[in-house]
Amino acid sequence: MSYAVPGFRHPNLPTNELGFTTKDYEGSVSTLCAGCGHDSISAAIIDACFELSIPPHRVAKLSGIGCSSKTPTYFLGNSHGFNSVHGRMPSVATGANMANRNLLYIGVSGDGDTASIGMGQFVHAVRRNVNMVYICENNGVYGLTKGQDSATTDLGSKSKKGEPNALEPIDLCAVALQLGASFVANSFSGDKKQLIPIIKAAIAHNGFAFINVISPCVTFNNAPGSTKSYDYVREHMASTNAVDYVPPAEEITTDYEPGTTEQVVMHDGSTINLQKMDPKHDVHSRRSSLALMQEYKAEGKILTGLLFVDPDMPEIHSSMNTTDIPLRNLGEDKLCPGSDMLEKINAKLR
Amino acid sequence: MKRDIKINKCVIKIATINGTGSASANALFAKGVFRMGVPISPKNIFPSNIQGLPTWYEVRINENGFLGRRGGIDIMVGMNPQSMERDIAEVEKGGYFIYDSSKPIDPKLLRDDIDIIGIPFMERCREAFTDPRQRQLFRNVMYVGALAALFDMEMEVLKELLHEQFKGKEKLISPNVKALEMGYQAAKENCECPIAYQINRRDKVGNKILMEGNAACGLGAVYGGATFSAWYPITPSTSVIEGFEKYCRQLRMDPETGKKNFAILQAEDELAAIGMVIGASWNGARSFTATSGPGLSLMYEFLGLAYFAEIPTVLVDVQRSGPSTGQPTRTQQSDVLAAAYASHGDTKHICLYPSTPKECFEQTAAAFDLAERLQTPVIIMSDLDLGMNAHMSDPLEWDDEKKFDRGKVFTAQDLDEMEEKFGRYNDLDNDGICYRTYPGTHPTKGAFFTRGTSKDEYAIYTESGEKYIANMERLLKKWETAKQYVPKPIIRTTDKPCTVGVIYYGTSEASTLEALHHLDRLHGISLDSLGIKAFPFNEDVVQFIEDHEYVFVVEQNRDAQMRSLLINEYDFDPYKLISILHYDGSPITARYIRHEVRDWILRTTTSPSRLRR
Repeated sequence: MSYAVPGFRHPNLPTNELGFTTKDYEGSVSTLCAGCGHDSISAAIIDACFELSIPPHRVAKLSGIGCSSKTPTYFLGNSHGFNSVHGRMPSVATGANMANRNLLYIGVSGDGDTASIGMGQFVHAVRRNVNMVYICENNGVYGLTKGQDSATTDLGSKSKKGEPNALEPIDLCAVALQLGASFVANSFSGDKKQLIPIIKAAIAHNGFAFINVISPCVTFNNAPGSTKSYDYVREHMASTNAVDYVPPAEEITTDYEPGTTEQVVMHDGSTINLQKMDPKHDVHSRRSSLALMQEYKAEGKILTGLLFVDPDMPEIHSSMNTTDIPLRNLGEDKLCPGSDMLEKINAKLR
Repeated sequence: MKRDIKINKCVIKIATINGTGSASANALFAKGVFRMGVPISPKNIFPSNIQGLPTWYEVRINENGFLGRRGGIDIMVGMNPQSMERDIAEVEKGGYFIYDSSKPIDPKLLRDDIDIIGIPFMERCREAFTDPRQRQLFRNVMYVGALAALFDMEMEVLKELLHEQFKGKEKLISPNVKALEMGYQAAKENCECPIAYQINRRDKVGNKILMEGNAACGLGAVYGGATFSAWYPITPSTSVIEGFEKYCRQLRMDPETGKKNFAILQAEDELAAIGMVIGASWNGARSFTATSGPGLSLMYEFLGLAYFAEIPTVLVDVQRSGPSTGQPTRTQQSDVLAAAYASHGDTKHICLYPSTPKECFEQTAAAFDLAERLQTPVIIMSDLDLGMNAHMSDPLEWDDEKKFDRGKVFTAQDLDEMEEKFGRYNDLDNDGICYRTYPGTHPTKGAFFTRGTSKDEYAIYTESGEKYIANMERLLKKWETAKQYVPKPIIRTTDKPCTVGVIYYGTSEASTLEALHHLDRLHGISLDSLGIKAFPFNEDVVQFIEDHEYVFVVEQNRDAQMRSLLINEYDFDPYKLISILHYDGSPITARYIRHEVRDWILRTTTSPSRLRR
């Protein structure tokens, strides 16, 4: 069941440039378990969109099937949403993007939805560089079907049932990097300070922005022995950088030590300020990111932050040379060649 | 052998090897006959193979305009030693077998009830051309030249076609014309020309066109306003999208910017293809995909979503022989039930059954109006025969006065003027069709959540049985509404007393109508006929069946799928519907239908429903 959020608004809620409050970016009350990591991610999406003053109706939110895929109901209630079929959100989002290149597409998926049933669609959306934000809410477990291991469950990790997982996990960030993704980040639902600026940067990115968010399942995968529990992730998380997103018009100010920061200018003129935590990491190098991920993994650490970005890689419409006008806005005059042309076509067929 | 001369009435079959470039020579021959004003019906019979396996091209020539397959071969051109044994056996008594006598024919294959004509094509080619690839290609053009001599065709027509074909590549014209003339000469030198089958100029083609159904579907999508197509390659539907792309490149490039006013994505599989189409349609762009049986099976889950979430979806299913991979390069009408009831749960989909390229064009264009008006999938049920063979068809027509029907969509202004709350699944007009909004329409109104789960009128998830039933009943009401929008059947009544009817659909049309003509002329059996053009069936179909004592249902599948669909939808007495089934993978022939109907009627003096009792 979805519950409507009470209409009451505190009179002193801060407003953004459009005059909206965070309330205008909320959805229905979540029906997920209390403490679910996914709800924190929904909250981060709400904050990011509010702070960036994105008109809610200019967003389309899409998902597949599973706990994570329920969450679009719980944020951006004034945006159109599409809860599609299991593992198939990337194709629906790709088609939606083809119809109208001017909206912001936020796709939400989970580890079952992305790394198992939807792996084929995920990798092809990456390859095509579809202009969208793709968030995988990764808890390493199937929640709605009550606790089966998923394809991202770490080797040896124990779920509530206590059985250690015998298989190697699929590392979605590594897969995305190897397939040529133009934006790859790894984050944690419990680290709002890191997650919100990453989501903002992903929204600003002109192309496929992949964010893997480790998002603990309090019911089925938060037990001791799980590598996706709150405690484990907090203890083992290491950041490659601290991300600060600066919209196009704002002045860039940083209080970090000189030499440890880097600015990435995005396609829309906004800037991502990165405070490097590890000097070995080069955010523009796939090889550097992949190597560093492996290195941290070997040490039992989870590398988070913005792993890779290439702001200039052509997104799907520019590589296909489609018109700047959204295809769905083209009128009949541009689409239908009419009877005179048809007579010419007939003549060629005689 | 003494024979009567037959003018403009024969079936010729050319046996070649796949991948040797014979297709363009075959098309040259067929178009040559067509240009002489004589109706033709060519069929490609090809293997699932790139190079090396036997392939055939069968052309029926008939000045009375019968365009279905007749059955039987009068003249066989046997250019392939691999298939020579069966090719020579296939010729009807009194026919001709033409072969390349550069190599001697196996005497065991000879028959004395047909004429066997040897022409040394390869030998002559070797003398005239040096390049091995050219020799092979020109050998093909040579047999066209030989056929021109044998049939007494107008060489000028063929030469003109070669000039048209190689426009822009003028260097190729003269060697092709040379090969054509060499073939002509070689035939004259090796046998008495013309033979008993001849092709004479007539004026029986009028303004008709020669077009493949798949190209017509692709062009129909351009005229119907499709801006996006996603697809996965599969025989025999691939050329639908290729046709769409070809015509888009001609007609949809923006003259000012040089950018495309269309987008085509080759998806990773059929699941993604239909997912993309649904995403784009949901977002307000007319979009479509094309596939064949195996792809249709893969699209099932998404088709159920489109039905239940009410998203316009256009799909061209070019049917081929199944089940599974079946005979991937042979034709059938065997997806009828799979399409009509595609997906789990209670679903039904609008299906259209084109019979000609003109109908492919019109129905594909109309499918976008239907899909948006009714907010549901529309499946165009073509098949390999219609899709991949050139068919003589009435010219394509377009009414410039008619505008796209984009269906019920609320604009920002509509939403502002509304007093009540917007509900995506509110049946405001009581016809089962609700109003939708495109994403991005209005800052604060009109947003809703599209889902495959059960929901209430406001698109809010609900597990209430009452709400679920109300929604499912509304979908049935919409199904009833659909009947007024889908194309009506074509009914032909005989002027003689008649209690028996024939129902056909799709590519069974030409052969059925020819069979009915001959049943009347040769056997004195006059029958009414009805061509189904769409599912849901409308009242006319019901009335036709009720008005006749019994009705033959002609189809190209094993399980009488259309008959099942009729019985399932209307509770007709099953004994009233008699199947005529043809499903070996080749297009159904007029001869087969005629014999089946004649035999049934001669065997049966009482009605089948009385027989049962």
